Amino acid sequence: MAEQKVLAANGNTMVAEAYRQAEPDVVAAYPITPQTAIVEQFDKYVAEGLVHTEFVPVESEHSSMSACIGASTTGARVATATASQGLALMYEELHIAAGMRCPIVMANANRAISAPINIHGDHSDVMGARDAGWIIFFAETAQEAYDNTLVSFRVAEDKDVQLPVMTTMDGFITSHAMERCELMDDATVADFLGTRTAREPMVGGDHPVSQGMFASVGGAYFNLKQGESLAIDSVKPTIQRIGEEWAKICGRPFSLVDAFECEDADYIIVILGSSAGNARAVARELREQGVKAGVLRLKLYRPFPAAEVREGLKNAKAIAIMDRSDSFGAQYAPLGEDVRCALYPMDGHIPTRDYIYGLGGADVTLDLMRQVYSELQELAAGKLDQGKHYLGTNKAQ
Amino acid sequence: MKDVRDFESWDYTQIPLGGVSIEAGNSDDYETGGWRSIRPVWDKDNCTNCMLCWVSCPDSSILVKDQEMTGIDYQHCKGCGICAEECRFEALKMIPENEAEAE
Amino acid sequence: MQNMTEIRWHARAGQGAVTASKLVAETALLKGRYIQAMPEYGPERTGAPLRAFTRISDAPIEVHNNITDPDIVVVLDHTLLDLVDVLEGIKPDGTLIINSLLAPEEVRVKLNIPAGIKVATVDASGIAVKLIKRDIPNTPICGALAAVTGGIEIDALKEQLLGTFGKKFSQEIIDANLQCVDEAAKEVKVA
Repeated sequence: MAEQKVLAANGNTMVAEAYRQAEPDVVAAYPITPQTAIVEQFDKYVAEGLVHTEFVPVESEHSSMSACIGASTTGARVATATASQGLALMYEELHIAAGMRCPIVMANANRAISAPINIHGDHSDVMGARDAGWIIFFAETAQEAYDNTLVSFRVAEDKDVQLPVMTTMDGFITSHAMERCELMDDATVADFLGTRTAREPMVGGDHPVSQGMFASVGGAYFNLKQGESLAIDSVKPTIQRIGEEWAKICGRPFSLVDAFECEDADYIIVILGSSAGNARAVARELREQGVKAGVLRLKLYRPFPAAEVREGLKNAKAIAIMDRSDSFGAQYAPLGEDVRCALYPMDGHIPTRDYIYGLGGADVTLDLMRQVYSELQELAAGKLDQGKHYLGTNKAQ
Repeated sequence: MKDVRDFESWDYTQIPLGGVSIEAGNSDDYETGGWRSIRPVWDKDNCTNCMLCWVSCPDSSILVKDQEMTGIDYQHCKGCGICAEECRFEALKMIPENEAEAE
Repeated sequence: MQNMTEIRWHARAGQGAVTASKLVAETALLKGRYIQAMPEYGPERTGAPLRAFTRISDAPIEVHNNITDPDIVVVLDHTLLDLVDVLEGIKPDGTLIINSLLAPEEVRVKLNIPAGIKVATVDASGIAVKLIKRDIPNTPICGALAAVTGGIEIDALKEQLLGTFGKKFSQEIIDANLQCVDEAAKEVKVA
């Protein structure tokens, strides 16, 4: 196994380190809490000459993503980072990056969306971008933010993928909490990542091409969009292959979903991001008391790993889908709808409750997780309704 | 190589990734002359080769060789009339297409 | 989770509690343990009460929430005792360490602290003002923490302090901080 340095670092530092090692040709970014430290630290590496990257300081996120798209079409390796309102401001470019098949890697420190103003961690920002055509990872820890970022460069730039990748981690909880991390040596990472081999670059190649084309009604637009959709649908085996390759190098396992004790579990929590560990801690506690509890954490969110979710949940008696965002006016929050859709083709019906939790960084205590598992037992016994619930909000006294 | 002119019939496996147009400058193949209902007619005797029409034409349809105007590219001219509007020397005037066809 | 120590820090912004929470975690990492350190972020500025958290464990730490039932509570400003319930959720056999001129027995009476909880006081501000010439009580209180709880070794703490501060401060400041650790470890009173 290659040499790794143990260090105390937060998620932002680990992503900045991954960017240093990936050495993008271009990074165009705008600061926003809680992501700022990534770009700040990376800019320092540029200033110190540790990387050859062209750093483009822009006046907004709308511009940062535009600059990234432009750079990516030339065949450059490109990365950026954002969060919250910044991601929201990128909305139109997100679709363009995916539609033009630009393999941009972007870290997002997941944060609430205004109003009211809130700088803390939840998934409202990412969920607003979930249909933009980007591959989306959710990291649980700072270590995983690092691993996911490295894997993302390979996935994005793979000749069979050529799509942008968003590597997300929970704002403050993961971006700012210091944890024990392992950093791979630079040479091993360089060897793993290689350099980007562009398909027809817009500039610099022997055959100049045009990009960002107009496609009129009917013909090309519709067919291209079909191709884009099928492209993201088919990337799972590539992600799995590259993830396993990295796992072999670093010694940390890789899977699209992390199924904890799901095989024989009666009660399963489905969750994304940093709170999965809290669910697992309570699941362990319950297992000791003879309650068969499990946790299904999705590391990959787009494309949605429906088959893996079905496989993980097939033996459950009751399922809690935990959403750290809401989808106003929809029947359920985003993960709630995704998981229910994944379950629909299955024979039989498993009762399912959707819990919206931790909005605006509200703390996810172990007691709240205990409450969820306890309610799942009542749900399985038919004593509780299915549907959407808010976990930990106040009740009128 | 596939013929770009057929792109409207391609399926998603045939269209280059990301909608890239693999032949740069192929807008020349797209003949927009058929959009025209009025056309500019050039009077060579009045023309001073000031190039105001050449600068103004949105479709690069003023043909020029060795710094002198040689004619109008009716394959691409959409008949917008800007050239005639800009001309200070009555060297360009717009006439209806049916009149031009009759001539 | 077994063998996990959870430390909650209470301070006013500007007293170095966030640095302290990380320093203690990094010291434990130096000894091969798993760690977590995080401040509770907000829009507060200098003087506002804040909390920070440190977890130390022999096994990987999987929980990512605030610490609700700490093993150790460290208070960097004794005026917070009137504002904040620093004992909230503390384990019945927990430890409370306060930067205060009061004797531990006096704090016990003032806060009505049960006998099972160990109380320690040290004049961390006094030591800081004397040695660093500024009221930044974070390194002295870390020295007291190491002396009282035993989970953190004084030498490792000083080694880490040297590593963390070495990049940012003059030798004079570093030496003063190292002395702070020793002096507070010596001066801390337990009851």
